[in-house]
Amino acid sequence: MVRIEIDGHAYTVPDGGNLLAACLSLGLDLPYFCWHPALGSAGACRQCAIIQYKDAQDKRGKLVMACMTPVADAMRISLDAEQARQFRRDNIELLMTNHPHDCPVCEEGGECHLQDMTVMTGHGYRRYRGLKRTHHNQNLGPFIKHEMNRCIACYRCLRFYDDYAGGKDLQVLGMHNNVYFGRFEDGALENEFSGNLVEVCPTGVFTDKTFSAHYARKWDLQSAPSLCVHCGLGCNTAPGERYGQLRRIINRYHSEVNGYFLCDRGRFGYGFVNSPERIRKPKLKGYPDMTADTAESYFRNLLKTAKPAIGIGSPRASLEANFALRSLVGEENFFLGLDDTEQVLLNTIVELMRNGGIHSPSLREVEQADAVLILGENLTHSAPRLALSVRQAARRAAFELAATLHVLPWQDAAVRNVAGQAVTPVFIASVAATRLDDVATNTYRGSPEDIARLGFAIAHRLDPSAPAPAALGDAEQALASTIADRLKQAKRPLIVSGTACVNLAVIQAAYNVAKALPSTDKQLTFTVPECNSLGLAMIGGQSLAQAFERVGNGLTETVVILENDLYRRAPTRNVDLFLQLADHVVVLDSLNNKTTEHAELLLPTSTFAEAEGTLVNNEGRAQRYFPIYPETDAVRGAWQWLTRMIDNPPWRHHDALTAACAHALPELGAIVRAGPTADYTVKGSKIPRQPHRYSGRTALYADIAVSEAGQPEDKETPFAFSMEGDTAQVPPALLPVLWAPGWNSNQAVNKFNREAGEQSGARLIEAAGTLPWFSDIPTEFTPTPGRWRIMPLPHIFGTEELSLHSPPLLERAPPFCVLLSPLDAENLGVHNGDAVEIGSLAGTLIMKIPLRLEPSLPFGLLGITSGWPAFQSLKAGSQVTLKKPSQEGSL
Amino acid sequence: MGEGKMDKPLTKNIRPDRAFATLADYESTGGYQGLRTAITQLQPKEVQQWVKDAGLRGRGGAGFGTGLKWSMVPMETPQTRYMIANADEMEPGTFKDRMLMEQDPHQLIEGLIIAAYAIQAPIAYIFLRGEYHVARQRLEHALLEARFKGYLGEHILNSDFNVNIILHTGAGRYICGEETAMLNALEGKRATPRAKPPFPLVSGLWGKPTVVNNVETLCNVPHILHYGVTWYQGLGRGADKGSKLFGVSGRVNYPGLWELPLGIPIREIFENYAGGMRDGYKLRGFLPGGASTDFLLPEHLDVIMDYEAVAKAGSRLGTGMLIVLDDRTCPVKMVLNLEQFFAQESCGWCTPCRDGLPWTITLLKDIIAGKGRREDLDTLSGLTRMLGPGNTFCALAPGAMEPLQSALKYFRDDFERYIVDKSVLKESV
Amino acid sequence: MKKPFFTGLSAAEIEEINAEIEHYPDKAAVAIEALKIVQKYRRWISDDSLIALAELLDIAPAQLEAVATFYNLIYRQPVGKTVIHYCNSVTCWMLGSDQVSEHLCRHLKIELGETSADGKYTVLPSVCLGACDHAPVLMVEDQLLLDVNEKTINGIFER
Ligand SMILES: Cc1cc2nc3c(=O)[nH]c(=O)nc-3n(C[C@H](O)[C@H](O)[C@H](O)COP(=O)(O)O)c2cc1C
Ligand code: SF4
Ligand code: FES
Repeated sequence: MVRIEIDGHAYTVPDGGNLLAACLSLGLDLPYFCWHPALGSAGACRQCAIIQYKDAQDKRGKLVMACMTPVADAMRISLDAEQARQFRRDNIELLMTNHPHDCPVCEEGGECHLQDMTVMTGHGYRRYRGLKRTHHNQNLGPFIKHEMNRCIACYRCLRFYDDYAGGKDLQVLGMHNNVYFGRFEDGALENEFSGNLVEVCPTGVFTDKTFSAHYARKWDLQSAPSLCVHCGLGCNTAPGERYGQLRRIINRYHSEVNGYFLCDRGRFGYGFVNSPERIRKPKLKGYPDMTADTAESYFRNLLKTAKPAIGIGSPRASLEANFALRSLVGEENFFLGLDDTEQVLLNTIVELMRNGGIHSPSLREVEQADAVLILGENLTHSAPRLALSVRQAARRAAFELAATLHVLPWQDAAVRNVAGQAVTPVFIASVAATRLDDVATNTYRGSPEDIARLGFAIAHRLDPSAPAPAALGDAEQALASTIADRLKQAKRPLIVSGTACVNLAVIQAAYNVAKALPSTDKQLTFTVPECNSLGLAMIGGQSLAQAFERVGNGLTETVVILENDLYRRAPTRNVDLFLQLADHVVVLDSLNNKTTEHAELLLPTSTFAEAEGTLVNNEGRAQRYFPIYPETDAVRGAWQWLTRMIDNPPWRHHDALTAACAHALPELGAIVRAGPTADYTVKGSKIPRQPHRYSGRTALYADIAVSEAGQPEDKETPFAFSMEGDTAQVPPALLPVLWAPGWNSNQAVNKFNREAGEQSGARLIEAAGTLPWFSDIPTEFTPTPGRWRIMPLPHIFGTEELSLHSPPLLERAPPFCVLLSPLDAENLGVHNGDAVEIGSLAGTLIMKIPLRLEPSLPFGLLGITSGWPAFQSLKAGSQVTLKKPSQEGSL
Repeated sequence: MGEGKMDKPLTKNIRPDRAFATLADYESTGGYQGLRTAITQLQPKEVQQWVKDAGLRGRGGAGFGTGLKWSMVPMETPQTRYMIANADEMEPGTFKDRMLMEQDPHQLIEGLIIAAYAIQAPIAYIFLRGEYHVARQRLEHALLEARFKGYLGEHILNSDFNVNIILHTGAGRYICGEETAMLNALEGKRATPRAKPPFPLVSGLWGKPTVVNNVETLCNVPHILHYGVTWYQGLGRGADKGSKLFGVSGRVNYPGLWELPLGIPIREIFENYAGGMRDGYKLRGFLPGGASTDFLLPEHLDVIMDYEAVAKAGSRLGTGMLIVLDDRTCPVKMVLNLEQFFAQESCGWCTPCRDGLPWTITLLKDIIAGKGRREDLDTLSGLTRMLGPGNTFCALAPGAMEPLQSALKYFRDDFERYIVDKSVLKESV
Repeated sequence: MKKPFFTGLSAAEIEEINAEIEHYPDKAAVAIEALKIVQKYRRWISDDSLIALAELLDIAPAQLEAVATFYNLIYRQPVGKTVIHYCNSVTCWMLGSDQVSEHLCRHLKIELGETSADGKYTVLPSVCLGACDHAPVLMVEDQLLLDVNEKTINGIFER
């Protein structure tokens, strides 16, 4: 910490930062554009001008850019000096010479950083009389709208998209005041993090197209702290609602998890909440209209059967919902509802996290890694935000080299200039090419077995007591040695693996490598597919196969399925049989799917947007989400339906349920600290979900009834469905909308950085113990001639169940095809784009589908998009035959 | 070697017929002797010291001490170091480096090799502007000759010093002459400048220590090494050492370029060498050192051409190339022409330059078209302060403001005539 | 819109570019040089050439476009067989560059920046060509013409 003097007042600020960041975190108002806390300083916009004085005698001082000036002890600066104020005012005036002033029709209006800064600097009168330059706008695909005339050329889009996220197709074109930020030609932005442009752009050049489609001003949106439900990483989000519709998702800063950025699935996958497929009323087969009360009593009766009912939980339902179900049916009748293989993988991961003794890092910690080994994952598709963090880790060596040249980490261009000489070891072993290959020092392509073998070999090289794979090829041996030697030198090596390969040996190999590493700061992280996969595995329960057995053996009559489409978990035939054999099937879910079709009783549950709950992310961090708006119709939280089925339930409120869950499952004990309880108040009142400028509340539903309905009461959470309440004292982590006087845009977060940095959520597992080496090393994969093995490959826009209900996302879904190595195709005599017939080993035709050649795919594998409904009949690892359809169309 | 030419070391091989000096010509007047001295007798640090002691200051415009610059390069690190000759000469009114390269290419090559030796750089670049086709051909030829003769390449003069020179031609942009922008251009990127610190001396091309020197600066180096520090110091007349190329363009009798001692009075250049104004024209003012320097007036003719003296008079020595404004050229239009150049060449990175320069043009055009308002002159003055030194990311915009701010001071009447008494509108240029 | 016919790069171009790549630590660094080489052969950089070149250099077309649109001497539109650059910087302007350009354009019946109907000439402005002592000056392809007047200009077209 150093002491500096700003406009005559003394402050203490952390050393090593720049003056702009320091001023903002002190709560001072200093305008800027090109700086961004995650992107560092560029010095381009010249907006953050201040006066720096040499010493106490110096009264004139010198104009400097705060963002480019390192904090130093005993420094004297002024933000208030007229010279600085005038410069900042004049600078905005220059930026505005080409700005269209189209705020009334601009989606950014009301949360526009440029608006804020213009007002803040006091530039209010236009002197410029010339023409404004105009640009052509591009069609950037289903997510992002482009309006280049609003551009103030702060270069932040480029610095995020290109430099930070590794995108290549958005560039700055042209020169002087004719610079243009766009693509080579019209077309969807290719990078999977393009949505962040919406937040990174300080004005309305890049806006959210999905939001535009049902737009509302920021101040008219109701919100609450929430979580992304589209993968296992648990990014924090701030969804916005108006008129009972979810309008958009934006990032909510969490220093340990997602920082400032989300992936495009998380941002644009929310369509399911508003989907016509939503279930809004209870349904009983044959009785289309049913009240909630009747449904409840019907449900109660079904539970009173002679044989005990069983419950099937869900990795996309909250801990509390799963626990409520488990309590309802009893532990011995609770099944996890996972794919059987996946359950084994998840159980192993939980076991490794519990007793493996290796730290499971947060995303922020991932970014600090100085060597990375990825075993079996294409992270951009299986855990997108993690890929962005690994991309930052790949710059670690550049930061370290820069430090030796006295270049500070936020001096962005300077760090990048030395980057060429500083290579962070990043090794990627995966089934096919990955979106991180551009930062990889070495890549390896192979079947899951081969990847596992490479891992085992690395571990053995690191520690000879670790078992070695037999008969490893020379090339693999050499690669293993290279990787091991580089990992060994690292201070904070990181091993990444996960469930994407659907292969236990890969996970075990990853553990062996991590265990063999000498560093004490080593880290091991696993991707998991769904938002509560880890939480569900931690609760524990029997497998789906066991549930099928129960029913098959006639040991139960009623099956209660919680938010789970079993057709995604098990072969169609088995699920069909199971649902037929069960006497009564009760399904609780929010959206229609194949399983809900078979429900005798179907109960409508809320999505994350209308309910609260706790999810455990892949790191082992429990986090709470809160309803954005109240449930309507007969929709209820799954936990509420289930609780009402319990006689004398031990909890009435969600808080009590959370506590009961924590009590029953000591490992989950800390979940009570994952979020505030309903009785949490600030100065005696609840936290308002609506901004204090929320407008037209009395008129909102005037077309339905002129008298204003009272605001719905929220007994379950510390938030109120209203705009009343003082937000000044609310901890930033709980603020639905970050706002500070003068800061209407999301940049307000920088005013809270110190406090918003405080973690929210609770880590449930800390590294302890150690496990013996895994020694079940698979033999190498040798394709059987004439047979192909199904290899599901996750896709950011094709795999996750809920986001598939978002039409804009579907536009970016992978083409409907299977992937084959060119060599295999050649042998078969088929070409890119040809249709092939996939058949079972018995020779029955499964499907006819176009083929795409994937040069990076090993032969003998048939790549399919995992999770894609059309592929439900193709189970990971199963073998199929491939045939060129006969010319005559032999049917 | 003709002793009589000793006071004009830079141009002693330059012939009126514009033919160029071959290696043999160059050697016959002492060429590559400086290199021999440096490599066979001196340590790199000593070469740096000689150049420092000689008092050579950069001729690229900023006038930074050349030896001092070299001595700031970290020599102990195992990293590669790079030496670059800045041959991007694109400042309007400047035509000195072109002549040096076209007519005596070996002089630059020798200077560059010595500089590379002084900082122990195994690779040196000549960043030549793309429009200089003749210079390119002649440099290519001279590089072959030097390589063949063992002055360039491996084991230079049988020492263990190796250096390779790569001739890189640009694709046209004034900003490429700014040394950090040049690094980006050499790396195949858009030539936007880089933030300093870190200075290129520490982290330059590909992030490695790099020195950039102007062509003329480097051309001085062989002579310092050959004839010694004391001799070199004897060349200047004023506080600054050495000789310098001075040129004059505009409506003078003999526009041209001459090697003269630093410290020479401007009047001497203007009258004795450029032959004064053409018949029928009077001197109204001049830019003493290229397009990005402040106007001076006839009353400044006795100022001497020396870094401090010109600065004291309110301008900059810059490139030492005078652009003469005659009494029949409208200063407002001349400033407009200059600002159009700068606005067009702005790289588009920082706000004041990117958006401020186009505004100055809008204002100047409005004024010239008779649509100006009185307050426009205040707006223009405001812009000259706004785009002043330290306020923009690089020195392009401050340079652009120098002619404007001095024109507003010295030729205010001309501006006001357009605004107040519109009679001027009927006159032509 | 249908994709125009894809031209690819010639063996000679590829060879010359590859030779340049040797001088640089990575392929992308040779971007400017490579654009100049292709332009030498084709007179200008079409979208197709740009895409083909980007592929050769292993970069996205947009990345190459970012470089191509920064520099004056890279033409992203077709030019005539002979490009005439006239200097419009300060000394040439004082000594009549406006008249020079007007004369050129009138003679060729084009506006500034256009190509004559016969496809032979394109007239473009240039920043200071470094020959101010002989203003006004022109650069006809690689050749500098000094102290230009109507006669010298007419001489260009008589060659
Ligand atoms: C916009 C701009 C353009 C410049 N152009 C040139 C140039 O064409 N040639 C040159 O030698 N220096 C030019 N410079 C100066 C260089 O940045 C640098 O200071 C110089 O090459 C250093 O060489 P010296 O120390 O030998 O003078 C320019 C500077 C700026 C800001
Ligand atoms: S002053 Fe700014 S915009 Fe102008 S050339 Fe320099 S960096 Fe580029
Ligand atoms: S924020 Fe400091 S210059 Fe842009």
